[in-house]
Amino acid sequence: MLKANEVLDKDFLDARCMLLEIAAFFDRLDAAAQRDGDDTVAGDQRLKQIHQALQLLTEQETTPDRVERLLHLFSDKD
Amino acid sequence: MQIIQPHYHGIARTAQDYERMAMAGVVAVAEPAFWAGFDRKYPETFIDYFRQISEFEPTRAAQYGIRHFCWVAVNPKEAENPPLSYEVLKQMPEFFNKPNVLGVGEIGFHKTTRNEEEIFEAQIEMALQHNQLILIHTPHLQDKVRGTRRTLEVLAHMKVDPARVWIDHIEEHTIRAPLDAGYWVGFTLYPITKCSPKRAVDMLERYGSQRIIVNSSADWGPSDPFTLQQCILEFRRRGHSLQEALEIFHNNPCRFLGQNPKFDIQPIRVQHED
Repeated sequence: MLKANEVLDKDFLDARCMLLEIAAFFDRLDAAAQRDGDDTVAGDQRLKQIHQALQLLTEQETTPDRVERLLHLFSDKD
Repeated sequence: MQIIQPHYHGIARTAQDYERMAMAGVVAVAEPAFWAGFDRKYPETFIDYFRQISEFEPTRAAQYGIRHFCWVAVNPKEAENPPLSYEVLKQMPEFFNKPNVLGVGEIGFHKTTRNEEEIFEAQIEMALQHNQLILIHTPHLQDKVRGTRRTLEVLAHMKVDPARVWIDHIEEHTIRAPLDAGYWVGFTLYPITKCSPKRAVDMLERYGSQRIIVNSSADWGPSDPFTLQQCILEFRRRGHSLQEALEIFHNNPCRFLGQNPKFDIQPIRVQHED
């Protein structure tokens, strides 16, 4: 098993890369909405889920079950 | 679709790369001189490396019908050793006469040190004296902003023609200044550390295709020459035409590299696009 600093060393760039892709996704979405003059996606449930997920990830004092909670967030409730 | 790989380090790759690239539309590669993963001790090692990329590597590529061009330079990382660099620079001009050598590159900054800058300027001066094209590496990750800014400052006081300079490894936070100043810029598609195929297409949609070159990653580290094809697929999936794709992934390299007459591949125009 890796130590905490080893996990950070090994996976920092992967995490950075994934964050950049998420940022690019939002920029792409905004650019398309602006280009088409169409902001209907703003109310889309999937987008709300992503915002909720990002909020969850910003919690520093939390339990190590983030993946499970995100998967529940993206799951059908009924 | 015919594709040019403008930044490809063939000596670090297997023949299987060439075979698969040929099957996937690549008609030419250009190989800048780069850091071999360790700091070389002797100037002769560089000279043999230049012989490898200017004499031997074209024969490997030719077996798969791919044209091979190259650049010679002391790369930014090893430029930290000026005595060694100057010894290499003494012998560089003889390679400008080789039939596939297109110019001086990749040069520039790694950590943006005083030594790197001294050798960067010496190599720009040599390129200007010998009327060579210039290919510039910008630093990785957290050093990129500072290194790109200093690169532009150095170029501005050396009276280079921006149209003959390609500044590579540009990302969203470094693209505007070099484009505004008239330089060519390059996106480098790396699996993790530089630009992704989707982000490259985002930038193409935002900034247009003028003076932009897209290259894959192909070296001795985690890299993948087929990120270029992934980028083309993403570009086409977003509804851009075949001709628009050709302009970026074939014709723009022709336009920049073709400023050296040795690069004689001509831009392509689709006659009927349905």
